[in-house]
Amino acid sequence: MEKALKKYAPIFVLPTFAAFSIGFIVPFFQGLYLSFCQFTTTKNAKFIGLGNYARVFQDESFLDSFWFTVAFAIVSIILINVIAFVLALVLTRNNLKGTNVFRTVFFMPNLIGGIVLGYIWQILINCILSIVGEPLLALNSTAGYWGLIILMCWQQIGYMMIIYIAGIQNVPDTLTEAAAIDGANAWQTMLKVKLPMVMPSITICVFLTLTNSFKLFDQNLALTAGEPAHATEMLALNIYQTFYARAGAAWKGLGQAKAVVFCLLVIVISLIQFKATHSKEVQQ
Amino acid sequence: MKKKLLSAILSLSLVATLLAGCGGSGSTATTSTSEASTSEAGSTAESEAPADTAVSAEGGSVYYLNFKPEQDEAWQTLAKAYTEETGVEVTVVTAASGQYETTLMSEMGKSSAPTLFQVNGPVGLANWKDYCYDLSGSDVYGQLTSDAYALKEGDTVYSIAYVIESYGLIVNKTLLKEAGYELTDIASFEDLKKVAEDITARSAELGFAAFSSAGMDGSSDWRFKTHLANLPIYFEYQEDGISSTEAIKGSYLDNYRAMWDLYINNSTCDPADLSAKTGDDSRAEFLNGDAVFYQNGSWEYNSLIEGGYTDDDLAMIPIYVGAGDEANQGLCTGTENYWCVNAEADPADIQATLDFMNWCVTSEAGTTAMASDMGFVIPFAAAVESPNLFVKQDVEYTAAGKTPVSWNFTTMPSEEWKNGVGSALTAYAADQSDANWDAVVAAFVDGWATEYALANGN
Repeated sequence: MEKALKKYAPIFVLPTFAAFSIGFIVPFFQGLYLSFCQFTTTKNAKFIGLGNYARVFQDESFLDSFWFTVAFAIVSIILINVIAFVLALVLTRNNLKGTNVFRTVFFMPNLIGGIVLGYIWQILINCILSIVGEPLLALNSTAGYWGLIILMCWQQIGYMMIIYIAGIQNVPDTLTEAAAIDGANAWQTMLKVKLPMVMPSITICVFLTLTNSFKLFDQNLALTAGEPAHATEMLALNIYQTFYARAGAAWKGLGQAKAVVFCLLVIVISLIQFKATHSKEVQQ
Repeated sequence: MKKKLLSAILSLSLVATLLAGCGGSGSTATTSTSEASTSEAGSTAESEAPADTAVSAEGGSVYYLNFKPEQDEAWQTLAKAYTEETGVEVTVVTAASGQYETTLMSEMGKSSAPTLFQVNGPVGLANWKDYCYDLSGSDVYGQLTSDAYALKEGDTVYSIAYVIESYGLIVNKTLLKEAGYELTDIASFEDLKKVAEDITARSAELGFAAFSSAGMDGSSDWRFKTHLANLPIYFEYQEDGISSTEAIKGSYLDNYRAMWDLYINNSTCDPADLSAKTGDDSRAEFLNGDAVFYQNGSWEYNSLIEGGYTDDDLAMIPIYVGAGDEANQGLCTGTENYWCVNAEADPADIQATLDFMNWCVTSEAGTTAMASDMGFVIPFAAAVESPNLFVKQDVEYTAAGKTPVSWNFTTMPSEEWKNGVGSALTAYAADQSDANWDAVVAAFVDGWATEYALANGN
């Protein structure tokens, strides 16, 4: 059996591997090469060395977007995870009726695409701003920032909640029972027993929200498009604008170099996070 | 144990997909986004995918990346007619509004790249010059009525304009009459201001406003950050006797402000709401009879007629901003649609494309379609008169000795410059303080110098 598996493994892997190569590995390395070039279309690239990378760090708009993204990521990671965890706790209680309905309802926003969500929330938020007499989204970077956070919370809490629910349900009854017999109250059980046991879920959820926040593009494009005057432009949108909104060969390579820097940044940050939370996980 | 293994596998697979997704973002600019934009173009033209350009008897085929969504249907029909007549395959793909450069960039990188594409003028040409086939010896260039409609350097003809358009203030004559005025009452900025402010004062009783909303959403803001901004640039160029500049002075920005004030304060909506108003909103207001004036161009003619108006209801008047010789000012007439032939295409395809272009502007079917179905005035010898009212009016204005305002916005340094002016204008509309206007001036004047330097690599 095992021998046969080994023998035919390459054949089974082939379709996925081919798709992965065509859709990911080849463009990734092509992109890497293009970041050292000047080009208008990708087939006529001229190698120029590290010039693009030098310009990335001189580009103030890139740094501005970086700090905006960081500010967004911190707040949205905390809000999404805390709220999702609380919801998961509430919806795993045995005495609550209709938990499945609630779980479905909370999960549903995740099924709608980012662009659609962005435009729906743009209308909603603009209506509210108009009623309270504040400047609309296109003129209001504070509203844009909080709008993005509300939008992301609304979309992602349900998804994270499902992962937390799975984690909480995996906590063995024997442990909670033992804690109850030892006289721990609900709060103590939660903090000392459940929380360490769901640490793997927390690792995954924080990882997901962190990378999602850094890579956010659709929602940003649809909700604010970076207005006013690039004040709500996150990293991915900044790269897109560098690449597409600018005419001339010099900008394409710069956008590409930004994309490579961005990719490294996301990998490094998420690896640090992964190490940090992973080390807190306990073995049963 | 089994349960644990399963959950481990599950979480592993989750992390694996994530890592893949995370790495993928690094190549966003080359892969995913370009795919997104092409699929957008594909969806506009539905089944006409560029991939199925079959090679015909002569061995050449045409792939036209069209700029104007309004004329997509007419181009598809014309392409079909050409294929039926000659057997040469013609594929027309239309980029979504505002996505032309993005789509073009992705399409040009493909092996089956467009053979015929567009640039919007000298600034747009700079980006694509290396890809432009020299049209100087071609038949279609020979048909051009004036060299003013070609973009050339020395003897090399990079691209030729194929449509001449006009814009101005579209007037609902019926409503204007209801308000107690005639077209002849408006012959200067002062007149326009008087009429508009009178309509605003009586708007409750009349039931309509002077101007349709000057929406600053992306679908509409080009009417003001580009088309209206053309007027101060035009008058400055006239005064200085130049046709482009690396640093604008902004001599006529006070006129720009006065006009913008007039638009936003005599409109269908609160100026603070303009940032969310779209081009469709503005057109709908005009079609509903909520506003007398609507700044737009001859390309709007078909949608206004389909919206229920007749030629008797409509007129287009010049945009008077209180500068220059207003008595002799005509409509803003020019072009930002230049055809370029892809020099990197297969020689057979290039020849097929040149033949197709020539057929469009010389054959009866071609010229009729361009005049009637597309409503174009084409700068070619065999042009047929267009039924487009606004285009006819432009001819009348010129015949009456008025000077058309040329399109100088093709010399604006970059899209980023337009966006900067647009953002500042929107902010000013919401809060009309001098400080906010200074921001518009800064975006206009300082932004021009900065962007010119960036665009020209200084």
